[in-house]
Amino acid sequence: MGAKASAATRSALVNPTSGVTGPRSKRRQNREVIYRHTVLVRLTHWVNALTIFLMVGTGLNIFNAHPRLYWGARGDEYDHPLLSVYAQSAHGAVRGVTQLGALTFDTTGVAGWSKEAGEWTARAWPAWITIPSFQDLADARHWHFLFAWVLVANGMIYLAWSLASGHARRDLWPTRADLKAIPRSILDHLRLRHPTGEAAKRYNVLQRLAYLGVIALIGGMLVTGLALSPGIDAFAPWLIDLLGGRQSARTLHFVFASMVVLFVAVHLAEVVLAGPFNEVRSMLTGHYAVPKEHD
Amino acid sequence: MSPVSRRTALFGALTGSGVLLGGCARIFGADQLTGSEAFRRVSDVAQSWTLHTQRFLLSDGAMAKEYRLSDLSPVFKANGTINPGGDDYARAAADAFANWTLRIDGMVARPMSLSLAELRRLPSRTQITRHDCVEGWSAIGQWTGVPLGLLLKAAGVAPGAKYAVFHCADDLDGEPDKGGQQAPGRYYESIGLVDAFHPQTIIAYAMNGRPLDIAHGAPLRLRVERLLGYKHAKYVQRVQLTDTLAGIGAGRGGYWEDRGYDWYAGI
Repeated sequence: MGAKASAATRSALVNPTSGVTGPRSKRRQNREVIYRHTVLVRLTHWVNALTIFLMVGTGLNIFNAHPRLYWGARGDEYDHPLLSVYAQSAHGAVRGVTQLGALTFDTTGVAGWSKEAGEWTARAWPAWITIPSFQDLADARHWHFLFAWVLVANGMIYLAWSLASGHARRDLWPTRADLKAIPRSILDHLRLRHPTGEAAKRYNVLQRLAYLGVIALIGGMLVTGLALSPGIDAFAPWLIDLLGGRQSARTLHFVFASMVVLFVAVHLAEVVLAGPFNEVRSMLTGHYAVPKEHD
Repeated sequence: MSPVSRRTALFGALTGSGVLLGGCARIFGADQLTGSEAFRRVSDVAQSWTLHTQRFLLSDGAMAKEYRLSDLSPVFKANGTINPGGDDYARAAADAFANWTLRIDGMVARPMSLSLAELRRLPSRTQITRHDCVEGWSAIGQWTGVPLGLLLKAAGVAPGAKYAVFHCADDLDGEPDKGGQQAPGRYYESIGLVDAFHPQTIIAYAMNGRPLDIAHGAPLRLRVERLLGYKHAKYVQRVQLTDTLAGIGAGRGGYWEDRGYDWYAGI
């Protein structure tokens, strides 16, 4: 086995009519394999995945340094927060509290009061979700600003290529027919029904909108993130006015990040539902086996 | 797919992404990497890109936004040292800092010492600006003081000088709950000459129309509006012009810089 077998498997994938025998290859014989993702899409996808993962984890560590969000130009402990996470002693016990507007939630164990290396600790986000796991604003900022550059460089390469090669127009921009099919596509997604045959060879309309949406969201992360920099604010004061003030920008940065996390969760769920092996392989090798009509 | 396996798949993906995110610091070895020399070197490169990009964008001397009186924080959060304590400072505070002097020395043609009264007689600038703490909060205050550039011009900056270092009267204990090097130390800060000569960079002696109070840095503090709060040294006693930060504190340019924070605080 080994090298020989994997070469045979590969040729079966690329060329469904190749003469490989055996039960596995027989099943694949009339399976159509297309080249779905170019090298550039695959490379930028994985760099982006790692980067977003690190940006979210380090962002949550940074958030922990001042776990309160406000609206407007200013906001400190004397101002009224929209959201705040804190530990509170009541009746001899400490509870983690998350306050959102007028509502408060007991989030002991996760937000406000959680275990770090076996010890109960007052911290907004728990150790298992932040990068680094221990509370360190300076270190988290180093990671965040290093990978912000990676995010920008990777994003620019992807965007420039997507626009120049027609990937954006061809694969992402929804057609008029796509837009008309939105209600049906929503219904299909809710019933966890995935396109097969010819329809599976192109991104469906919700996919297109989700990918365009997450590109816009990352753009929003970048803009709101830059607006937090006092240097950039001096360079472009209109930016912070547009966003409603620095603390509004910080809140929006957090809201957009939450939406990115939501995208990732739905994205991963869809990968699992659509066939994790085929989907992950297509993002690694580029080759995608088209699901048959009555699979 | 049967409904059960669909539900399992969905649930699996959602918890999977949670678990993936959770423990991520361990999966990627991020905790170990964080303290390493290699990581510090790479992150220093990113810091220098940020610095050079912002220096380029701000090369026309762009000003930080100024606000109106109605925007002032009702209570301006006092952070870091809120009272330096000690006999010398307590005595100085007791006679309203009448004998406090600001010394300007190092790489200057004419080292000088100025009393608080002398500083108050010099041309001043008043500005209402937003103070952005590295932790994430912002407060708005009105500051009055002498433009640092005016003082430096009077002292005559020697060719080759690169930094203005601010020596302060307070010791700080660091952030024992936040990791890093946390030995107590004397507060100090440094900025480049581009920021030192910026018109909004002032040695402030008044806040919100009153003499600066102890919690906010009495009698003198730095305001350097295009940088984060930790750069705005309080209780300033001496401004030293130098061509190197080596040999001052731990050599990284400031109290917080010596404890892991970036020297360039425009982000």
